[in-house]
Amino acid sequence: MKINRRKFLTLAGAAAAFGIAGKPTYNILAGEKVKSKAGVKRFAMVINLKKLMENPQIMDACIDACHKAHNVPNIDNAKKEVKWIWKEKFHHAFLEQDNYHLPAKVRNHPVLLLCNHCDNPPCVNVCPTKATWKRDEDGIVMMDWHRCIGCRYCMAACPYGSRSFNWKDPRLALKEKTSEFPTRMKGVVEKCTFCDERIVKGKLPHCVEACKNGEIMFGDLNDRNSEIRQILKDTYSIRRKPELGTQPEIYYII
Amino acid sequence: MYDFGKIIIGIFIFILVFSSPIWTNWLSQNGGKAPDIKLPANYKECVADKDYMKAYHMDLLNQWRDKVVRQDIRLLTKNGKPFMIDGQRAEMSLTKTCMRCHDNKTEFCDQCHNYMDVVPYCWDCHLDKYSAPENVVPNGEVK
Repeated sequence: MKINRRKFLTLAGAAAAFGIAGKPTYNILAGEKVKSKAGVKRFAMVINLKKLMENPQIMDACIDACHKAHNVPNIDNAKKEVKWIWKEKFHHAFLEQDNYHLPAKVRNHPVLLLCNHCDNPPCVNVCPTKATWKRDEDGIVMMDWHRCIGCRYCMAACPYGSRSFNWKDPRLALKEKTSEFPTRMKGVVEKCTFCDERIVKGKLPHCVEACKNGEIMFGDLNDRNSEIRQILKDTYSIRRKPELGTQPEIYYII
Repeated sequence: MYDFGKIIIGIFIFILVFSSPIWTNWLSQNGGKAPDIKLPANYKECVADKDYMKAYHMDLLNQWRDKVVRQDIRLLTKNGKPFMIDGQRAEMSLTKTCMRCHDNKTEFCDQCHNYMDVVPYCWDCHLDKYSAPENVVPNGEVK
């Protein structure tokens, strides 16, 4: 086949145009695909700060319920403390939201913080032993304390300070222990696991259960009809440090 | 033969030291005593037969660990059928399933472990009822 210059340029141009536009065009023609597979969940939490400010002592009840059930020791030394869920002043937790004219009530009010179970968790990327990983089936950032070698890369990677290191045997600092949940040992990192041991049985996490008036809500974001999807659709919410691209899954209503 | 007496004494001391494991066992009360395992009185059926459990219980526990933690599979089956204890479905759990029948670590686990001088690190984290007596309620709820 003889090909002249005009024909060659037309063909080359068409091929380039298809190469650039082919994939998006195909996607449009094929119809929008839902990213998540059927049956895949995305657990998330909505914390209603308005309600917590009305009833601040509920935060201590949440912390207590979680820490008692998970054998989390109470260590006074801030450098060596271990925490799964904790209180922090608003302007510390939401640094980028802070300004001179914030109502003092909001600025100094403590908020509840815990592991954000990010959709794009930096702690998981850095773990050398896969002791922490994101579960495909529900998005929970899990920990395997059997496998953790205590290198603390994850603590350096987490922008939320959600991870604690056991500098000494946690059993020494535990006043009450429960045999229903293991303790950790010296040299292991720990954090909130969204009460995976409870949700597998269809129960809500301890902190959610401790809040009687819906201060904290827990649910599946992939389910259109779930309570938290409705609330996030109707109410404006903020997340901690969303600009980092970690896609945190704890939403705060303010 | 030169230094006959010294050599004989030397040989005697050598034999004495060399055989020390044997005669220290004779002399001591507990030495060489076979482990005395107390089996649960009310429960007869185990998750696997006795010989397998004797030799491979640690492998079984490792398999359970990986299934529960990594794959979120928690319920226990035996020969493909749900395994029940007291009419409830048992979980793959050292403290909730094994220790439910073998409820005394000192009289069961420790007997062989001490005899064989092995120190399993399970107990560094997992608590048996006797290590956590203050706060344990049978149905698992925390006071």
